[in-house]
Amino acid sequence: MKDEVQTREDRVAGLKGLGCSRKRVEDARFTQGKGNYVDDIKLPGMLHGDFVRSPYAHARVVSINAEAALALDGVVAVITAKDLEPLGLHWMPTLAGDKQMVLADGKVLFQGQEVAFVVAKDRYVAADAVELVEVEYEELPVLTDPFEALKSDVVLREDLLGDGDTLPDGAHGPRNHPNHIFTWEVGDKDATEQVLSEADVVAEEMVYYHRTHPCPLETCGSVASMDKVNGKLTLYGTFQAPHAIRTVVSLISGIEEHNIRVISPDIGGGFGNKVGAYAGYVCSVVASIVTGVPVKWVEDRMENLMTTAFARDYWMKGKISATKDGKITGLWCHTTADHGGFDACADPTKFPAGFMNICTGSYDIPTAFLSVDGVYTNKAPGGVAYRCSFRVTEAAYFIERMIEVLAIELNMDAAELRRINFIRKDQFPYQSALGWEYDSGDYHTAWDKALESVGYEALRAEQAQRVEDFKAGKTRKLLGIGLTHFTEIVGAGPVKNCDILGLGMFDSCEIRIHPTGSAIARLGTISQGQGHATTFAQILASEIGLPADSITIEEGDTDTAPYGLGTYGSRSTPVAGAATAMAGRKIRAKAQMIAAYLLEVHDNDVEFDVDRFVVKGAPERFKTMKEIAFAAYNQAIPGIEPGLEAVSYYDPPNMTYPFGAYICVMEIDVDTGEHEIRQFYALDDCGTRINPMIIEGQVHGGLTEALAIAMGQEIAYDELGNVKTGTLMDFFLPTAWETPNYTTDHTETPSPHHPIGAKGVGESPNVGGVPAFSNAVHDAFRAFGLRQSHMPHDHWRIWKTANDLGLHG
Amino acid sequence: MIPAAFDYYRPNDVKGVIALLNEHGDDARVMAGGHSLIPMMKLRMAEVPHLIDLQDVVALKGIAIGGGRITLGALVTQHELIDHDGLAQTAPILRETARQIADPQVRYMGTVGGNVANGDPGNDMPGLMQCLNADFTLVGPDGERTVAARDFYEAAYMTAREDDEILVGVSFDAPKGGQAYEKQKRKIGDYATAAAAVVLTKENGTCTSASIAMTNLSDIPVFSQDASDALIGTSVEDNAIRAAVAAMLKDIDPVEDNRGPVAFKQHAASIILTRAIKSAWDRA
Ligand SMILES: Cc1cc2nc3c(=O)[nH]c(=O)nc-3n(C[C@H](O)[C@H](O)[C@H](O)COP(=O)(O)OP(=O)(O)OC[C@H]3O[C@@H](n4cnc5c(N)ncnc54)[C@H](O)[C@@H]3O)c2cc1C
Repeated sequence: MKDEVQTREDRVAGLKGLGCSRKRVEDARFTQGKGNYVDDIKLPGMLHGDFVRSPYAHARVVSINAEAALALDGVVAVITAKDLEPLGLHWMPTLAGDKQMVLADGKVLFQGQEVAFVVAKDRYVAADAVELVEVEYEELPVLTDPFEALKSDVVLREDLLGDGDTLPDGAHGPRNHPNHIFTWEVGDKDATEQVLSEADVVAEEMVYYHRTHPCPLETCGSVASMDKVNGKLTLYGTFQAPHAIRTVVSLISGIEEHNIRVISPDIGGGFGNKVGAYAGYVCSVVASIVTGVPVKWVEDRMENLMTTAFARDYWMKGKISATKDGKITGLWCHTTADHGGFDACADPTKFPAGFMNICTGSYDIPTAFLSVDGVYTNKAPGGVAYRCSFRVTEAAYFIERMIEVLAIELNMDAAELRRINFIRKDQFPYQSALGWEYDSGDYHTAWDKALESVGYEALRAEQAQRVEDFKAGKTRKLLGIGLTHFTEIVGAGPVKNCDILGLGMFDSCEIRIHPTGSAIARLGTISQGQGHATTFAQILASEIGLPADSITIEEGDTDTAPYGLGTYGSRSTPVAGAATAMAGRKIRAKAQMIAAYLLEVHDNDVEFDVDRFVVKGAPERFKTMKEIAFAAYNQAIPGIEPGLEAVSYYDPPNMTYPFGAYICVMEIDVDTGEHEIRQFYALDDCGTRINPMIIEGQVHGGLTEALAIAMGQEIAYDELGNVKTGTLMDFFLPTAWETPNYTTDHTETPSPHHPIGAKGVGESPNVGGVPAFSNAVHDAFRAFGLRQSHMPHDHWRIWKTANDLGLHG
Repeated sequence: MIPAAFDYYRPNDVKGVIALLNEHGDDARVMAGGHSLIPMMKLRMAEVPHLIDLQDVVALKGIAIGGGRITLGALVTQHELIDHDGLAQTAPILRETARQIADPQVRYMGTVGGNVANGDPGNDMPGLMQCLNADFTLVGPDGERTVAARDFYEAAYMTAREDDEILVGVSFDAPKGGQAYEKQKRKIGDYATAAAAVVLTKENGTCTSASIAMTNLSDIPVFSQDASDALIGTSVEDNAIRAAVAAMLKDIDPVEDNRGPVAFKQHAASIILTRAIKSAWDRA
């Protein structure tokens, strides 16, 4: 009876499935301080670890004397490389095929490098003991400039030298200098050089994307607990990829994988910073094995900024060619990548520069060539994808700057230049010159919608008037219009070409439907604030016809979740989201058989309708999913096993290619270098939209990070390799005060190969936001002859740009 | 960011504070709001084996306005400066300055006394106190003495206060005329790239008195007599402002840091002072 008054729309709405702006189920605990983060974990008898760190960027470690520290009441142990060596744990493998010191093995390569690990009864004693460890250093010449490093006689990594003068190959092929890590080449070099030499117009520029840091609110940490009785190691930590961590721990420690349980509890933001393995994780494990009690290590903010994975630091030299009327004919890029002291980039194995070869962007560029040289310097290791998919943000920044520079060279409007070069809708799937197959897109529609929404023509007229007024001395403020059309490549990725440490980058979902019609689904991913518990339940709700509110999503415990490669690179929805839909479909297939049995018809005579199976042509005869769930547990159905469960491991056939059109309107005070963002318009096309409210939240957050990066955030070093921006006083994190209003918009071009057409959105705003802000700064000065200046565009750098252009009279 | 161990004291009168300072000498420090001192202790840049919390010393609290004079107890918070209607009437520049310090959380704790006694060139109150020609009252084992704000600062973190003295209050004549505090900073919670405090009086379109001071442009706050003089007797037209700015530039000595190189800071100081003068003149 009840169902008769419920319309079909009511039933759809009741599921809170795809497309619903369902409130985030995790927020109740986060907003009440009831989250459970690593530092909240307190185990009986737990000890605390802290690091002695190098004050020097490059030095030999002559001696370490821990006597005074060990004499301090409450100090349990001081661990150095010498103690780790017998276990083979003084070095560890990096995700990039290099190896990295866990504790200084004879020398240090960056300021803040871990030298000794102090273990004590409480956190305060540990910190006091760190001060008492005496380390004698012998300073060595410091290299902070990658170009200089490639010419220098100073060898940073003696451990990688061969016998005599030989230089053995690195993980990614031949090396041409002791400080050189790899050369990676993609595309057709000769053809590109030919196109450039014959082109009407060639624009050339050095585009630098400075070093910065993901700076999640929660810093990195771990709690290791070795149970000597049952031989089982439990490791809690800030891990964006808990299963991969379990495998790595097993491989390097020799503990069998079934005896290791890795748990990622609530994570307070990751943004790539929590993908890699850190010395603190290893040391907490070793210390727990040695002491037999749990050991916690949690870094502080300065340690996080100075030592755990940085992002970017790409010097991208570009050449772009075009016909007189603006049709792009070729693109050439050579990147010098500063990786710091160890190559600890988190990229799929076959991509040492990540997906930098998406640098042809949204444009139909027939011929292109990219080469990347990785370089060692005396800086912290890392090179992670800070809210982006493996160097996509570098690639997007590069091409969006090159387009602007080309527009200047051609004396053309940059919006028009983009429009005439976009890949057309009918060209998809599109084969790019650098090897990707773009799955889908409709760039012209998005672009025109964006330009119209901001009133582009009127803005350009206002800008022209502003330039006149400025020249006439009526104003000291310039107006910049920052344009960006970005294309992302996310959802790594197809196992045939994407792996990390040999682990294919599939992902997984396992579903159990309970007899009363509620469910639990576990995934191989791990939310760090993205809202998985909300959105994955929505995907399932639409697939299996049970309300999202009745579905628990669980991630992050390797003892219960199916194997997966974790969350970064916007891969959760494209890969684990697909696995979720596929597992849901398996549930539905079995439910169909059960329904047919209950309704006494053939399997093919029932069809799925929102939350039930109905007999075709007789909609009054149906079984709801709730009823079917119960039947799965209480009826003996011939030929069908009891229970209702499914698991799916999804290997995506291709990446997904979200895109967007962003426009930033910025006022710039040429005297103080201050800026004010008057308008920011962000149109995102992430394919099928699972939860519009979460999308909007992700876009707001990502744009705010982009604002920070473009306008002030950096990890800066002096010539001695000292970090100049190690606290939040100097490392810019915007507050509500600095953050402008954002207008969000969308088009919807579903991915043709994803089960529900979703593409991923978490990282788009960082990828597209940075060039939008930066292009606005550049555009403001275009009328005065500016072609290129380097980020971050903080006050003094903008002032210097104005000063160099003679605008201060 | 874990401080070294320390002993904690919480006396409830000035005498008790002085006695503790006497007893422990260099090893003791007083704490007011703690928002400069605690970060230094956590960074282990300040080692304070004996920490004397002033919060219970009631005598150091309170704002008094009377007879054209304003007295602020050392423990008056930056928030109270913003919140106090009497001050807003008699010396609006205090509110304008306080609102540009840090953020509300810091201002609930940070005090006037801590801000001026700290000796950090980045603090905003010392510059303001130069401009207002304030007097600082200090109490030590030998009793009370007064030091002019303009004589108080010797170098970064070095002041005329002796180790066994505390600052009990700040007093100054209620400023007359137009007042302005302008500050350029990179973000909320940042110290000044350049800041300027200006008080001036206007009679029949002519400037009859002026006082100009600058923040974070030298290792101490800078009162510029020459810049002030450059305005007096003028109608504060562009030329006079230019002269004042030129005089100010001779008195400051900025250093390069993450906020930018020296040339930029000089330029920013010029712009900020120009704006402060214009706005004080408009308000005069
Ligand atoms: C994020 C942040 C941003 C900030 N931004 C600014 C800013 O923009 N501008 C600004 O001016 N300040 C800023 N501050 C500093 C803040 O205003 C401090 O509160 C202030 O500088 C010191 O006041 P306090 O009461 O906290 O002093 P405390 O930190 O308690 O003490 C500071 C020093 O003064 C000494 N001291 C304190 N009281 C007395 C006394 N009565 N007699 C003698 N010595 C005393 C202490 O021993 C100590 O050496 C910022 C602080 C933070 C944390």
